[in-house]
Amino acid sequence: MTTADLIGKIIQVVGGLAIFAAIVGLLFFFLDKAPKRGKDYWQLVVFLAPALILVFLGLIYPAIRTSLLAFTNNRGDFNGLDNFVWMFTQPAIINTLVNTVIWVLLVPTVSTVVGLAYAVFIDKSRGEKIYKALVFMPMAISMVGAGIIWKFVYDYRQSGTQQIGLLNQVVVWFGGEPVQWLQTSPINTFLLIVVMIWIQTGFAMVVLSAAIKAVPVEQLEAAEIDGTNPWQRFTNVTLPGIRGSLVVVLTTISIATLKVFDIVRTMTAGNFNTSVIANEMYTQAFRAAEPGRGSALALVLFILVLPIVIYNVRVMRKQREIR
Amino acid sequence: MSTTPIVPTTTDTATGNKLAKGADAEVGTKSRRVKRRLTSRTATVVSLIIAVLWTIPTFGLFVSSFRPAELIQSTGWWTIFQNPGFTFGNYSEVLLSASQSSPQLGSYFVNSLAIAIPGTIFPLILGAMAAYAFAWMKFRGSNGVFILIFALQIVPLQMALLPLLQMFTTFLRPLQNNLHDVLPMIPEQNYLPVWVAHTMFGLPLIIFLLHNFISEIPGEVIEAARVDGASPGQIFFRIVLPLALPAIASVAIFQFLWVWNDLLVALIFSGGTQDVAPLTQRLAELTGTRGQDWQRLTAAAFVSLIIPLIVFFSLQRYFVRGLLAGSTKG
Amino acid sequence: MSLTTHRRILLPLAAAGIVGLALTACTGDVEAGNVADTDCADYEAYGTFDDNPEVTIGGTIQDDEADRLVESWADFSTCTGIEVSYQGTKEFEAQIAVLAEAGNAPDIGIVPQPGLLARLAAGGWLKPAPQAVEENTDEFWGEDWKQYGSYDGTFYAAPLMASVKGFVWYSPTEFEEKGYEVPETLDELTALSEEIAAEGDHKPWCVGLGSGDATGWPGTDWIEDYVLRQSGPEVYDQWINHEIPFNDPQIVEAFDAVGDIIKNPDMVNGGLGDVSSVISTEFGDAGLPILDGECSLHHQASFYEGFWPEGTDVSPDGDVFAFLLPSTEAGGDKAVTGGGEFPVAFSEGEEVDAVRAYLSSDTWANNRVALGGVISANKGLDPENASSDVLKESIEILQDENTVFRFDGSDLMPAAVGSDSFWKGIVAWVSGDSTQQTVDAIESSWPSS
Repeated sequence: MTTADLIGKIIQVVGGLAIFAAIVGLLFFFLDKAPKRGKDYWQLVVFLAPALILVFLGLIYPAIRTSLLAFTNNRGDFNGLDNFVWMFTQPAIINTLVNTVIWVLLVPTVSTVVGLAYAVFIDKSRGEKIYKALVFMPMAISMVGAGIIWKFVYDYRQSGTQQIGLLNQVVVWFGGEPVQWLQTSPINTFLLIVVMIWIQTGFAMVVLSAAIKAVPVEQLEAAEIDGTNPWQRFTNVTLPGIRGSLVVVLTTISIATLKVFDIVRTMTAGNFNTSVIANEMYTQAFRAAEPGRGSALALVLFILVLPIVIYNVRVMRKQREIR
Repeated sequence: MSTTPIVPTTTDTATGNKLAKGADAEVGTKSRRVKRRLTSRTATVVSLIIAVLWTIPTFGLFVSSFRPAELIQSTGWWTIFQNPGFTFGNYSEVLLSASQSSPQLGSYFVNSLAIAIPGTIFPLILGAMAAYAFAWMKFRGSNGVFILIFALQIVPLQMALLPLLQMFTTFLRPLQNNLHDVLPMIPEQNYLPVWVAHTMFGLPLIIFLLHNFISEIPGEVIEAARVDGASPGQIFFRIVLPLALPAIASVAIFQFLWVWNDLLVALIFSGGTQDVAPLTQRLAELTGTRGQDWQRLTAAAFVSLIIPLIVFFSLQRYFVRGLLAGSTKG
Repeated sequence: MSLTTHRRILLPLAAAGIVGLALTACTGDVEAGNVADTDCADYEAYGTFDDNPEVTIGGTIQDDEADRLVESWADFSTCTGIEVSYQGTKEFEAQIAVLAEAGNAPDIGIVPQPGLLARLAAGGWLKPAPQAVEENTDEFWGEDWKQYGSYDGTFYAAPLMASVKGFVWYSPTEFEEKGYEVPETLDELTALSEEIAAEGDHKPWCVGLGSGDATGWPGTDWIEDYVLRQSGPEVYDQWINHEIPFNDPQIVEAFDAVGDIIKNPDMVNGGLGDVSSVISTEFGDAGLPILDGECSLHHQASFYEGFWPEGTDVSPDGDVFAFLLPSTEAGGDKAVTGGGEFPVAFSEGEEVDAVRAYLSSDTWANNRVALGGVISANKGLDPENASSDVLKESIEILQDENTVFRFDGSDLMPAAVGSDSFWKGIVAWVSGDSTQQTVDAIESSWPSS
């Protein structure tokens, strides 16, 4: 990179921000000049329209287009359900679908359970902040970075030579033979899942920890006077108290898991039976030049997420009605 | 970060997020709570184990990134005391070497910053405006539109990529070319599409999170300003935004980390050139071609971690608050 | 409250900014070459461009190879004033069609597969080759190569570099010590492998198929070599054009023959591990055990010469050398598979045309080949420029009229097979799937259209 490039990049950023500010400023300037009578209307337009237009162009329209693409072949001709037939007859793709289900079952539950346990254990302890920061840190790490970190942990060297991957070293310490972790199906899928759990546990922990603190102390004290043991207090008082947060955490992690792409891509590139839908979609659409097949996979992914959307929308609706 | 007991549920905004008005009052009671030891010995041991397990992988990478290549390849990082060796060489190689065979992370690093900063600010302002409209302007269909936007978080990005790219070609591309003609310093391949893409993809979550907070702003304050003759713009920028600042800060951190750590959007919209592509993309490539060059990978991975870690550790209390406003980002 | 918030946010941002600037400040500027010091005689034909236009080139070539590529046009750039900037990425093949469709492609893309070229041409994104390129091609290349650079009767690009696949790398020193002979037929090769295996000192073959998300491709080269040698060029052509199915018995035969080596614990994986290491080893590292005497044979294309560590003596009686994977019968014309790249253009302009013309010229071919590690099928290329005897032999094979040359089959198949299911099939096959399972799966993935 040359200095000229750098200056160009700085100009772009500063210029971009300035133009953005100017556009927003202009919008409000015209809003002030708008006729008194329709002012409420114009106000709504100025505040809402930019976001709505962007969301429509960026998400709604493309999603519809992609849904249609799912019924075409690689030349763009309509081919009915061929792509779906292909999907459910290719052993590799069926494997991908099964993997995705394993991911979405394991990641949210394990991260939530571990995160919750951890949050309870460290609650009000000395050094709580540090404890939290340590487990939360992976959240700040990109999934590509996380992929590299864990690839290093799983690294394999021939038996007899020094291991440089921690996991194999542990196996060797216990007298075992080193294993090609990332190539050994089906354990490799679970090892990739560990990475996602590693990232998401911190998220679950932090949200649930705050929820636990919000459970009224009086209720817990009352239960204690009633002679309940800590486990009963946890299941009878704390758990119901944090139910809402649990739902949020599970939903969030499930959606994140369904979309997981970077981890698989950096660690195994989808080989050795580890592919998931989000990764396969990219492979089909871009590498294999079959956008129809890629879109069909995207559609399946969307259908998988749909129940979660519907559930959350129902909850939202209740909320908005209270207002 | 845990000093404010807030109700962290999205499902319960009626009792709501008390950050705006209730925070100060509650901080007092909380700080009087005596810290006690962990609930039991088992709990202590278990949490210690979890904490260690969660930290070790990153720590190992960190230690390795300062070891010379031969040592990384031949011995485990945990034997650092038996096989001592220390070097900054890995970092200088990945960052500064001008050879094509070096990762040349320097310029990718700048790209990541240049993508992440506007990629955070743009959607945040537009999102705050929309959130304000949803919270304080009554219009027909408001509920429906809001719920639709919430539901959009769930559209897999992969579904949106191709059509969006085609749209960009038609509308943004000529703009980019003109820009290049006027200012040759700006390459034809510039950040514009990546910014716009991140703005589009970030908006649903931002609107959703900020809406919860902004709707808690006391109505009297806004009403008073309106009576005083403040324009809508003034109300928004002088009153709403400052009052919502804690939430905006937290959402900003969330969005920043998300953009910084993104790979998929970058893969599709940056074109993969050194002019635009961010660190994550370069890193992903390194793992592909350089599977065995751990000395480069470890250092490169750490370079990519440094900014998120700075942001995370210095701002974690806000970050947490942003999540508490009820995040459902995928 | 708001003030502290501001400060808390600004500080880290400022810190981040400073770190970023500090990092980039050190990257430094590249010095432009000096016209006075350069002999510009060869480049006069391309004209001079006073306003220093920039031509961007993208491709899959990375690392040291990319360094040499950039060097190969340094003088051209200095003399003509055209700035050529090259960007190599692993994702190039996956992205180029998307970029082209979005109008975001570089001026020139170095496409390593005729299949991809055809796809890009079919999309209407490519600019036909200018006059100068076509003339160069007619002069310096065979008709078959021109065909690979054409689509639907239009000629788009001249080949750039080439590689001859199907070399078997070995250590002449070891062969001499132990009295091994370079095999003349496939049967002799098998006998040799068994002989080495029987000695028990080390496994005869070292194989590595790893290559990120393209893992498996070196295995496709094995299969193609065997199909061509066992069943001949006609079957090979039918196979890649899908006139015979992928699970045809003749293809199965090739898989089984290859499997006898790369799936056989007695044959692999010298110095690298057991059979499972065949997939995990990066293709670039796979031949290196030959240097340590832990492996005797390694199958890889001529470009592998560039992968030997600096100072390795590549010669008929040096540290390593290579023989062409033999045919079923001794003697006769050589049948080889090979690969090559095609620099296709996505934009027009005098400077782009000049770069394209240069890249298709014998001047470029000689310049690049002299830098080492690669060859070209350009007939204007002087074999003496090759950096080793292997490459020299490769050039002669390519220039020999009697050679039966076939392009790498997976590069000609539809991308869904050639860049996806064939690779994945190889990976699954080496990991344990049966041959029949594998070829059936690949056959079923062949796009119907």
